Parts: sequence; C-alpha cells; structure tokens
Amino acid sequence: MTLEIQETVPVEVGNLIGKVEEFRDGGYRLVQINCSKVGDVYEINYSFDKDYVFKNLRITVIADTEIPSISGMYWGAFIYENEMHDLFGIRVKGMNIDFKGHLFTTAVKFPFSIAPSTPVKGEKP
Amino acid sequence: MTKQIIVPFGPQHPVLPEPIHLDLVLEDERVVDAIPSIGYIHRGFEKLVEKREYTEYVYIAERTCGICSFIHGATYCQGIEQIMNIDVPERAQFLRVIWSEYSRLHSHLLWLGLFADSFGFENLFMNAWRIRERILDVMEQTTGGRVIQGSCKIGGVRKDISNEKLDEMRRDLNSIENEIKNLTTVFLQDDSIKHRLRNVGKLSKEDAYHLGAAGPTARGSGVAIDLRKTGYGAYGKLNFQLVTDSCGDCYGRCAVRAKELFTSIDLIRQSIQKIPDGSIDVKVTGAPNGEFFARAEQPRGELVHYIKGNGTKFLIRSRIRTPTLTNIPPLVRMLQGCELADVPVIVLSIDPCISCTER
Repeated sequence: MTLEIQETVPVEVGNLIGKVEEFRDGGYRLVQINCSKVGDVYEINYSFDKDYVFKNLRITVIADTEIPSISGMYWGAFIYENEMHDLFGIRVKGMNIDFKGHLFTTAVKFPFSIAPSTPVKGEKP
Repeated sequence: MTKQIIVPFGPQHPVLPEPIHLDLVLEDERVVDAIPSIGYIHRGFEKLVEKREYTEYVYIAERTCGICSFIHGATYCQGIEQIMNIDVPERAQFLRVIWSEYSRLHSHLLWLGLFADSFGFENLFMNAWRIRERILDVMEQTTGGRVIQGSCKIGGVRKDISNEKLDEMRRDLNSIENEIKNLTTVFLQDDSIKHRLRNVGKLSKEDAYHLGAAGPTARGSGVAIDLRKTGYGAYGKLNFQLVTDSCGDCYGRCAVRAKELFTSIDLIRQSIQKIPDGSIDVKVTGAPNGEFFARAEQPRGELVHYIKGNGTKFLIRSRIRTPTLTNIPPLVRMLQGCELADVPVIVLSIDPCISCTER
C-alpha cells in the first residue's frame, strides 16, 4: 500500500535558505519543521506541500551547530524553530519571534537533546 | 503617538478550555500586536516512544487529544502500516472513515456550542451539545468509549460493527441531520450572530496559505486544502465536495464548520453503503524500519505524525504536528488590528486545542 510519494532532499546548512526560497517562490506552503535525534546528530526536516505534493528538505547537524531561521520567508516558522530550541537545544539564528527558551516549560532542559540536563531537586523548571 | 500598553490574555480565561497566553499590545482599544506563549501543559508524549513498544504507542497517540482521539490513533497506525507495507483490509478502512467522521461531527458540534457560548448564546450552546450527545452515544455503542475509543490498531481495527447496527446508524443519521439543519440555520442566518462575527478576525487567502493555516481556518479564508482529498484510507472511494468560504472572518470559519457537518453525514452514509464484508485486521509481525510522514485531516485541519523506526520494537522518533500549532501564526495575524472585545471570539474561531498542540 502507498499513501503518497514523499521526496526527501538532503541539503547543507549553508544552502538551506536558498533551497527554502525556491519552495517559497514555487508557491509551496510550509507544513512543518521537525527535529530528530539520530545517534550523535540531529536530523531536521523542513516539509512543504503544494497541491498535495509533499516534499522535504533535510539538514543533518551536530550539537551546538547554529542554523539559520527561515521565518523571514515563512513567517509562521517561528513556532517550530522555538520548539526545536526548547526541546532539542538547537540554536536558531534570526527568528522573528524568539521566546528565548520559554515556549515549552519542561522539567528537564532540552529533554530531547543528545545530552539532556539533570533536573536539580527543588529547582523550578 | 498613542501610548501602547500590554494586556495579558490567558492562560486562564472563561473562553479558553485550555491554557494559552497572549500578550496583547494595545493602542487604546485596538490590538496592534499579539505575542503567543504556550507550554503550560506540555506532557512529553513524544518522549514515550523510548519506553513503549510501537504497538502500544497507539494508545499514547490516541490520548494526544480528547476530541479527535480516534484520528490520532488511525493516523499513527497509517504511518506504521506504510513503513511496514501492511495491507489493511478494506472493511477496516471503511470503519476507520466512519469513526473518523463521527469524531468530526462530535468535534464540530462541540466547537459550535463553545463558540455560541463565547458570544453569549447559551441556548444555542446547549442545543449543539445535546445533538453531540447522540454522536457520542454511537461512538460508545460501537467502540465502547465515548472519548477514547481504542478501536484502532496497527493492521486494522479491534472491533467490527454489525450490518444491523450500521443500518440502525444510517436511520439515526436522518433525525440527527434534521436536528443539525435546525441548529446550523441559526448559526448561518441569525442576524445577531452575523452582526457579531462578520468582518471580525479577518485573514486573507494569501495570509492563510503562507502562514500555514490548516483545516476550517484555511478553508474559511478560501484555501481549498483538505487532506481527505489525497484519498487515504477509504476516502479515495468516496465522493465529497470541499466546503470553503471566501469571507476569511469569524463568520466564514463558523460557516465552514457548520456546513462540514453535512459532508461528514454524507461520508458516513456512503461508507455504510459501500463497506464490504470481510476481515477487519491482519496479523502484524516484525518492527518498522524506515520513516514516514503520515498525514490526515482532523476536524481542526491537517495532522502530521512523523514516525521513524530502526527495526526494533521501539521507535526512534514520533513527532506529532497538530493543526492548532500551525494555526497559531495565522491567529496572531487575525488579532493584529482587531478590537480588544473581539479577542475571545477570534481566539476561539481557530478552535484551539492546546493539549494537542503541546503533546
């Protein structure tokens, strides 16, 4: 059974903005951005859709890599980028709305990161 | 220059069933900007994939939301079935559509009631929820659960609906449809409701598309996107027209949901007519090795379950992108330029489900 064909294109961090611009200029909408921890690296997927054709851009980064924000092209991207920061500790440069780590309240700082912090007893998260 | 002040809205507010906070930047009574904050009820659902086997995670996925729980479970199952190349029996596919559309009826009626309550129309609120009880009764009779159904599983469904019960459901739909006609006539034609909702919380078609609006929030601005049109499950075998409205205001979003009730009833009728006999599940062995973005149309819009497995019983990643999350940026745009007194109605017009959003 096949629900839909989903294309995933790996890109370098330095080429991300240019590739996202191509999607924006092509009339695609941003569906979502998500981050996954895979071994020692993070995979970040940027998903787009146009007329039910679903495409992904994927960057693979190590911890402490700073990635550029795409909120200049897709204004609503700030919600996903803040989420990536708060759950994985990914640093995103140039977000149009930066919650500075306060979008999600978690007991453990960066709970999905490769090395999550240990909660201190009695300390307010 | 008019002095700007910031008025906090939420996280506790009579119109909000769940907590979201907005810093409203005001010039006199006019909102010039809104800065959203969530994070009050983050539950860490996605982290549980590390501790629950992929077959058990269906129950977790269902509990993401207390309104469209069945669709969460079904979408997660679709993703796993795609990765593992499992052919779900046709009867199970139709049963999933039937329960999904009952979930949509339940969700839209719940929202219409809450929306009426937000502008003080208590009688309409009670009538919407009275009809909703009939929908929940059917869910309970066919699955055993009013809110959490637990009837979906990887490879099919756990429970069948007898053909006699399907006939009874089809007959009941006639009287439910009549009651909904009376209800939606008030929503769509009452002058006081039109006066309250017209030109409030405007969102242009271009903004709705580029800001990533989903579901009735997008369709209420004329953006014709509905994932059911991709034909997942048994939707490819059913005919239906998208409901859109070009107004882009609170009335438009209300009208879309009101009219979609009839689409759901029609889809259930078609499913009951076309559902074949046969098995309702297949045996599943092994573990998922691969990734997929499973997409489905929830009552609030496009739902994405990203699933990534490595061939073990524990997934590497489950990521749930709910429609409310993607409807927050459009909400911010709707609020810019509105009157302070309109904020509660506008916030409710996207049908926010914050528990879903924070996961």
